[in-house]
Amino acid sequence: MNTKYMNPYLAGFFLGLVLLAALFITGRGLGASGAIKSMVVAAVDGIAPAHAESSSFYGTYVGPGKEHPLKSWLFFEVVGVLIGGFISGLVSDRLKIVTESGPNVKPKIRWLFAAIGGALFGIGAQFARGCTSGAALTGMAVLSTAGFVTMMAIFGSGYAFAYFARKLWIKEKE
Amino acid sequence: MGPFVPELISDQLNLLVALFIGIGFGFVLEQAGFSSSRRLAGVFYGYDFTVLRVFFTAAVTAMSGVLLLGYFGLLDTEAIYVNPMWLLPAVVGGIIMGAGFILGGYCPGTSISAAAIGKVDGMFFIGGGILGVLVFGELFPLYDKFYESTPLGALKVFDLLGISQGLFAFLLITIAVTAFAVTTMIEKRVNKNSAPSLEFKTSRHVAAGIVALALGVLFIVLPDRKTHLLNKVSEPNYISSHPVVTMEIDELAFRIVDREPNIQIIDVRTPESYARMALPASNNIQVRDFFSKEWASAFSRRHVRKVIVGENDAQERSSYLLLQELGYENLAILQGGFEAFNKTILTSSVPVSTGGRWEADVIKFRNDARARISKMIVDSKQQGQKIVRKEKKIQGGC
Repeated sequence: MNTKYMNPYLAGFFLGLVLLAALFITGRGLGASGAIKSMVVAAVDGIAPAHAESSSFYGTYVGPGKEHPLKSWLFFEVVGVLIGGFISGLVSDRLKIVTESGPNVKPKIRWLFAAIGGALFGIGAQFARGCTSGAALTGMAVLSTAGFVTMMAIFGSGYAFAYFARKLWIKEKE
Repeated sequence: MGPFVPELISDQLNLLVALFIGIGFGFVLEQAGFSSSRRLAGVFYGYDFTVLRVFFTAAVTAMSGVLLLGYFGLLDTEAIYVNPMWLLPAVVGGIIMGAGFILGGYCPGTSISAAAIGKVDGMFFIGGGILGVLVFGELFPLYDKFYESTPLGALKVFDLLGISQGLFAFLLITIAVTAFAVTTMIEKRVNKNSAPSLEFKTSRHVAAGIVALALGVLFIVLPDRKTHLLNKVSEPNYISSHPVVTMEIDELAFRIVDREPNIQIIDVRTPESYARMALPASNNIQVRDFFSKEWASAFSRRHVRKVIVGENDAQERSSYLLLQELGYENLAILQGGFEAFNKTILTSSVPVSTGGRWEADVIKFRNDARARISKMIVDSKQQGQKIVRKEKKIQGGC
């Protein structure tokens, strides 16, 4: 938290260029939740292949003639995100094992809610066919209706629930 | 012309590209402060609008880039993956994700960049995400019908609203710039002491906003490249000042009978006319599809003469000039259009007199060509017409 972050508009511009590079070179945008899905599919397929192949959800991704689920574009991209994030933390001196939480929130509570939030994202991203990066951001850049609908639903819902989650993030005024 | 997958970049190499794109993505996310859950959650309480700034600027930048690259013909915008939508699942999924955002403080991409620098809460978020997908997968039969409900396809948002792409781009840029200004005022009021916007250099930010709006105005004025070129090649002045190469009817007939491999017949008539009757081994390609990358490799074969067959000379000429504008070479139009060919070669009743010395030979040739080409038409109808391979579509999505 010591070193300053980049100006957000400049960061947004660079993020836009990364997204544009992805679209220009490969014809597809960025993503994140798809890689988590690939990991789950790979794990289920590894542990219980018969179950995976018979499932109408996992079955789309595994079976004879299909590539291994982890040999997917988004999984490699997310490995890159880990590396890129690490490099950024290294150059800006932010590498540190730490739990970040709102004022008066104990780490264990923060972990619990982080996991719940992650689980909700995992579920929601399946229904919406993508998360903030894959569906909303990339979708907006290619002017797809799905991008705008998903973006509005995510942020609208965030604001709607913000009041109930306020104790996690801000000090209440007396 | 981009994108370079799958022609120039193989599936294997594409995974390496994915890795490097990801490194850029992760680096920028972390530099932007997206590895901090408090910063991310700030957008919902008004004390830190970093998320909105980064997110909207990125969307506008990438969108503008796609439009400009498309305008200059450097990117086939039709080949880019546009995520299709199932309306109700998208809304419900978005609502669930919004709740996840406010409780978890991250979204999947940001949680990965947070975990990369050692944020334990980010790691828990990823763990939760894995669990969430697993729960979704195991309970899938409960809502598999809902999952597939209300499909709208890869609908573009400006088509939904019934406005032009350029106008929508302008509106989006205007909304973004307005939102930046308004949220900066809110942030300074809510967070008097440590609002990130207190450090902004106002004059530079205003200048950047004006540049963005000017770009938006440009998008309204610039027709997209397709419309621009289509208009250009149908202007009478342009047509009369640009000569075209014409192939005579007998020559084409001879080459068809000869099964000459180095010609490609491009039939630009309507699919209905094409279905009624067409030359053997011809491809029915609508003029608007000339822009698409799927035909690019077929059109780019220099040693192959592309013979354009249309309803009439005028249609053939503008198709010819369009292909020329798009940089393709070795083109020709069929003299008189399809009907002239039909009358001269295919319809037997009255031979068209040439009045020349070789009339007897010509008539003999045409009678012979009629028999052979008619048979070829019947044969190719049975086999199906398509001879040129279409490029495969890019797959994408989460």
